[in-house]
Amino acid sequence: MSGTFVGMPAFPKAAHEAVHDQTLRGNLRHATHTIRAKREKAVSEVSDWAALREAGKRIKDHTLRHLDRYLVQLEESVTAAGGTVHWAADADEANRIVADLVKATGEPEVVKVKSMATQEIGLNEALEAEGIRAYETDLAELIVQLGKDRPSHILVPAIHRNRGEIRDIFRGEMGEWGRPAPEGLTDTPAELAEAARLHLREKFLRAKVGVSGANFMIAETGTLVVVESEGNGRMCLTLPETLISVVGIEKILPTWRDLEVFLQTLPRSSTAERMNPYTTMWTGTTDGDGPENFHLVLLDNGRTDSLADEVGRQALRCIRCSACLNVCPVYERAGGHAYGSVYPGPIGAILSPQLRGVGSEIDASLPYASSLCGACYEVCPVAIDIPEVLVHLRERVVEGGAVTERGNKVVLKPAKGHAAERAAMRAARWAFSRPGALRAGQRLASRTRRLHPRSLPGPGKAWSGSRDLPTVPKEPFRDWWQRTNGGKDGAK
Amino acid sequence: MSSRERILGRVRRALADAQDPRQDDTPPVPEGPGRDPQYEQAVPRDYLREHGERSVAETVDLLAENLADYRAIVHRCAPADLAAMIAGMLAARGAKTVLVPPGLDPGWLAATDAERIPDQVESTPHELDQVDSVVTACAVAIAETGTIVLDGSPDQGRRRITLVPDHHICVVRVPGQVVSSVPQALERLDPARPSTWISGPSATSDIELDRVEGVHGPRTLEVVLVEGQASADVTS
Repeated sequence: MSGTFVGMPAFPKAAHEAVHDQTLRGNLRHATHTIRAKREKAVSEVSDWAALREAGKRIKDHTLRHLDRYLVQLEESVTAAGGTVHWAADADEANRIVADLVKATGEPEVVKVKSMATQEIGLNEALEAEGIRAYETDLAELIVQLGKDRPSHILVPAIHRNRGEIRDIFRGEMGEWGRPAPEGLTDTPAELAEAARLHLREKFLRAKVGVSGANFMIAETGTLVVVESEGNGRMCLTLPETLISVVGIEKILPTWRDLEVFLQTLPRSSTAERMNPYTTMWTGTTDGDGPENFHLVLLDNGRTDSLADEVGRQALRCIRCSACLNVCPVYERAGGHAYGSVYPGPIGAILSPQLRGVGSEIDASLPYASSLCGACYEVCPVAIDIPEVLVHLRERVVEGGAVTERGNKVVLKPAKGHAAERAAMRAARWAFSRPGALRAGQRLASRTRRLHPRSLPGPGKAWSGSRDLPTVPKEPFRDWWQRTNGGKDGAK
Repeated sequence: MSSRERILGRVRRALADAQDPRQDDTPPVPEGPGRDPQYEQAVPRDYLREHGERSVAETVDLLAENLADYRAIVHRCAPADLAAMIAGMLAARGAKTVLVPPGLDPGWLAATDAERIPDQVESTPHELDQVDSVVTACAVAIAETGTIVLDGSPDQGRRRITLVPDHHICVVRVPGQVVSSVPQALERLDPARPSTWISGPSATSDIELDRVEGVHGPRTLEVVLVEGQASADVTS
């Protein structure tokens, strides 16, 4: 994935720093609580939510199950409609394809629709290295780009910024990139949106190349769908002469009709709206309307590795709504940057380690960035059981085992640093399979209860640093049961 | 090996476990048009075709209500009053120029003084940016979500003409062009045509996750519901 996050510390360290940033916590709390209440209202408006969620899950599972056939079908229908299809096995290949396509037009710049896939592959940096400037046009992406910042949310990458900070970034940086911020710009959201409109309009009107992702691709018809709010997407998708869309291979839906599910669940889950302001659907090219040249870059970049994991592959159902981020107690406190990936929050904690492997410190720590409360699963519009995948990935970190990396089967070694945990589990397994030893141990623990420390020594110290150790009862349960005949001979 | 073959090979190896007969074993949709009964079987569609029961008039009312809820300005009129109503809306904004898609009923603009700018393939984005308003018809409107859908038909024009000008007037023939729900709208649309779904004026939730209207698309969206119309053309 992107090089932006290289050298990130493990989640606990990054989160530890983030939770002490009062402004960040205030911003995140305000934003996530606003959207939570609104999402609940938007979802409660549709009485068949559970059926829509189940259908969405089934459509995605079916598609993944037959992904090879649907990819071929999509390629045929896009080609028949006038588009050109490219295949990219990894980020470098995708970046090279896009850079070459842009260079072939002779243009020094591109306008971009917000796209997770292009962030994932670090496209902007790759284009910069080739002397091509990529302008982000989504308001939040613009804030991130102008602020030389990193995204911290899937839907609202600048969620960690409040209106005052946004005004300061606009005032300070817009002039460097084009039209400066208006004189006397205040921090009212309407004025900030107006400033973005003025700043970007000149770029839209002169743009010759647009770069996008897509929310959905329809195998049957070759149609691509981009769901957005501001109109920057429509600008990038319709005004340029050349359009390049970089899309993950898991974004396929078999039929046109399948949109009837996702166009109901996605807007309500993401921005908590009945429908987002603008959705653009296009099939190849159309004479006289929109780009004359359309290129679709199908991106693997770790997705097939995830597909090979029978438990983990459900993460590929994700439609990037970000509802799981907005309800997550860990995300709300730690913020998106601590996850060290363009995919933060609960979905990021299962997606990043699968797309990138658990080789780095940050990726090995991500499956632990959760209290397993399950709120993410509850709100997920395609019913991804995120806690299940988290536990599965924890097991992979601790125990190692067979995984697929870049298409090759490899056996991972158990991660370092989990020796104490493994030793404790081994000891527990030994004791629980020997009732006599367990009984003796429990009795010993009860008799010595006054001598127990309040926190654990040695490797257990970190664990008990934020937890109270349970007090040991003065009599083990099984002794009490035998002595009182299961409680029948009086309570004590 | 090409990347195409590499990726398809990885997909096939990744799915080797799916030979398990307990897994969904439905073959994919055959290429070409038409619905595949086996795919239909793999995906239970127990969800509703529309939410709630409404009369035709109530569905139109719901459309008006939901359009207004997302800050579109909604007008209703009889066919005979449409030209005057559009003229009034353009005059109220002080619009001196109005973009006209090639197949727009000329009667709709019969009463306005604004200069008509026909949309032409060679007109540049900069030229479109100089026009004050645009008037179009629509392909279908969705009551439950307050959405109008344009599909590039001659009375709606190219996608860019409803994007660059700051003021969009969209005429919906009611009840003929109104459906209740998203599933019903998709049934009416042709996937081969480029379509734009519009639910209120341009907006953003990017500042503190709160919705603000007015970013890059038209900041004013006015929708005229012309009453008493089936799908037949509205004439002046």
